[in-house]
Amino acid sequence: MSVSVQKARRREPLTDTQLLMTITICIFFCMYFLAMAIWGGGFLRWQQVFDMLNNNAALIIVACSLTIVMIGGGIDISVGGVIALVVMSCVVHLNGGGSLFTAALLALGIGVAFGAVQGFLVSYLEIQPFIVTLAGMFFARGMTTIVSVQPQKVAHDGFKNLMNTKVEIPWLGYTAKNGNLIPARMEIGVIVALVIVALVWVMLRETKLGRHFYALGGNSTSALMLGINTKRTRFLAHLFSGTLAGIAGFVFMMHTGAGNATNAAGAEMNAIASSIIGGTLLTGGVGDIVGTFFGVMTLTTIKSIVTVSGLRDPWWQSITTGAMLCFFILLQSVVLSRRGKGGVKTLLSKWLGLGKPKG
Amino acid sequence: MSDIKKKGSIQWSKYAQLIVPAVAILLIIVFNLIRDPSFFSVEITQNNDGNNVLSGNLVSIFNGASELAVLAMGMTLVTAACGGQDISVGALAAIAGSVFVKVLKSGASISIGTIILGFIACCAVAVIFGTFNGTLVSVFRIQPMIATLVLYTCGRSVAYWINGGATPTVSSPLITALGGFIPGIPVPTPILIVIVVAVLFSLLFRFTSLGIYTQSVGINQRAARLNGINTVFIKLLTFMILGACCAVAGVIAVSRLSLINHETLLLEIEMDAILAVAIGGNALSGGKFRLSGSIIGAYAIQALTTTLYAMKVPSTDIKAYKAVVIILIVVIGSPVVKQKLSALWQKLSPGKAVA
Repeated sequence: MSVSVQKARRREPLTDTQLLMTITICIFFCMYFLAMAIWGGGFLRWQQVFDMLNNNAALIIVACSLTIVMIGGGIDISVGGVIALVVMSCVVHLNGGGSLFTAALLALGIGVAFGAVQGFLVSYLEIQPFIVTLAGMFFARGMTTIVSVQPQKVAHDGFKNLMNTKVEIPWLGYTAKNGNLIPARMEIGVIVALVIVALVWVMLRETKLGRHFYALGGNSTSALMLGINTKRTRFLAHLFSGTLAGIAGFVFMMHTGAGNATNAAGAEMNAIASSIIGGTLLTGGVGDIVGTFFGVMTLTTIKSIVTVSGLRDPWWQSITTGAMLCFFILLQSVVLSRRGKGGVKTLLSKWLGLGKPKG
Repeated sequence: MSDIKKKGSIQWSKYAQLIVPAVAILLIIVFNLIRDPSFFSVEITQNNDGNNVLSGNLVSIFNGASELAVLAMGMTLVTAACGGQDISVGALAAIAGSVFVKVLKSGASISIGTIILGFIACCAVAVIFGTFNGTLVSVFRIQPMIATLVLYTCGRSVAYWINGGATPTVSSPLITALGGFIPGIPVPTPILIVIVVAVLFSLLFRFTSLGIYTQSVGINQRAARLNGINTVFIKLLTFMILGACCAVAGVIAVSRLSLINHETLLLEIEMDAILAVAIGGNALSGGKFRLSGSIIGAYAIQALTTTLYAMKVPSTDIKAYKAVVIILIVVIGSPVVKQKLSALWQKLSPGKAVA
């Protein structure tokens, strides 16, 4: 055994997760380079990438939370509502004389509370996750309007400073027409989002708990037989999801600086779409956080390409998004089913390692 | 004698599924009777057109739940066959409504002929979109929720695009009759439409094997296929039927207001429809189903909404209270709680446990 390992480190075949993720990353880069070649302009500047990150920091975080839950074989559609509730409560709290620290605690507390209650109902009372988190969404949206129906702006000075603090990266900037160097700007929320992506990536890959999520989503009966506490694992998945949604709410507030009952409308569906584009399967057990990150970026790139290409009627953006989503899920379905039959192996060369992994 | 008794017990187990929705609706009724005994009074009043019509909270519950009941019936079939839900029904109803309005607007005047033509057109369009969803689910084996996410994302934009970005109105006494009252009949027309749809469904189950086929596909797809059932076709068919239901719901919603607003028409009704299916005691993972449960579930949801309105709860806050009630209902109905309760029951009455 050891001899063979020494002889040649055999290339491991790609898993389903890696295959789907690779496809997404390739398509993202192809799309982006195509946009650079055809439309140039903004796409040639690094600021475009940072703008995409700035506008979608909260979406990246909730997409991470959805990915965790979906890998565990569940679903959480309450995240958009939780974001709206967190933003509204924090804005009211800050305007009522609260401090930044307590506002952050409040955001985290709301997230943890939603995650814990939903996790308890899903795992220990065995109620369908869709119904539980649907009720969670209704509750969060209703509570948002109970906290305040009127849209509110943050008037807290400390928070405004935090909101306007931007990380400047001079060497990725560009030179304006008058010769001034305009550095690339990145909001603090983006750093939070990237740190969370890194942490979740490590958690899913390296920790026992992360592997338990995959085992639970892949086959919960086998996971139980392997001695995994499936109920607790499922509970923790929802707890993670709720907590991340709370953090996402705070990040969302750092971007907009105002509370509104319709904040983050449809964020849950965007997050689910991003996860799916990134190669996470709703059946569970398959998915990767890096793919999810690129899923968000792909979705955003499509939207900016539609805007740039002159299709300015309001309906084009969501129609192209829908078409793109359709393309991705069809592609995944076809690739996975061809792979199951060993079809891809004959289509592509052997060194790609696209054969079905054994054991 | 024993035969009859046996038959009786079988009948009871058949209806066991309806206990949860029945208890839910009973609780709401009792709560309302205690709060305000005149809540359920129905009286005959004259409306603006001079017709004698029924009015009262009970009528408005049955009237308001019409779209939801129609959609819940279609959703039950899809849920039973595919073990997943269609989240695009609201968007699809908006598309159907847009097509209906487009056809009505294209003619010079609105007559019964153009209304029938419009209905056929929007039915055809909705069934085509339903077939699209169904193909993704049955042929490409994508989970229903993901497959219908496509139409959920872009459906309302398609509806917007059909009418060129406008929100046209259609004013005609015929449309008002379709969404309100037909002169001479005191019952709101949407209620009559629901009855017609329900009768059509029961005839479908009575004279075809669709019901049993749907159940067998949902319970075990492989076994169903080995028994010679075309599983792909059955799944496709359930989505097509749901498409037709969306068309009916869209037409009702459009004629209620005599205009189409693609953004708000039946907004978030997909969530309520799924909820109605779940409250009706149907497993969201597919298999056995009862249409009557879903219908009762739909009326229970509407009764809850009407009760909250009657209690002067602001319309934006209703969702929060609704969520609490939903959680209560599903917690009571959850298998773990049921087990605990029945264990407790047996402890308290040891004599019965032996029998």
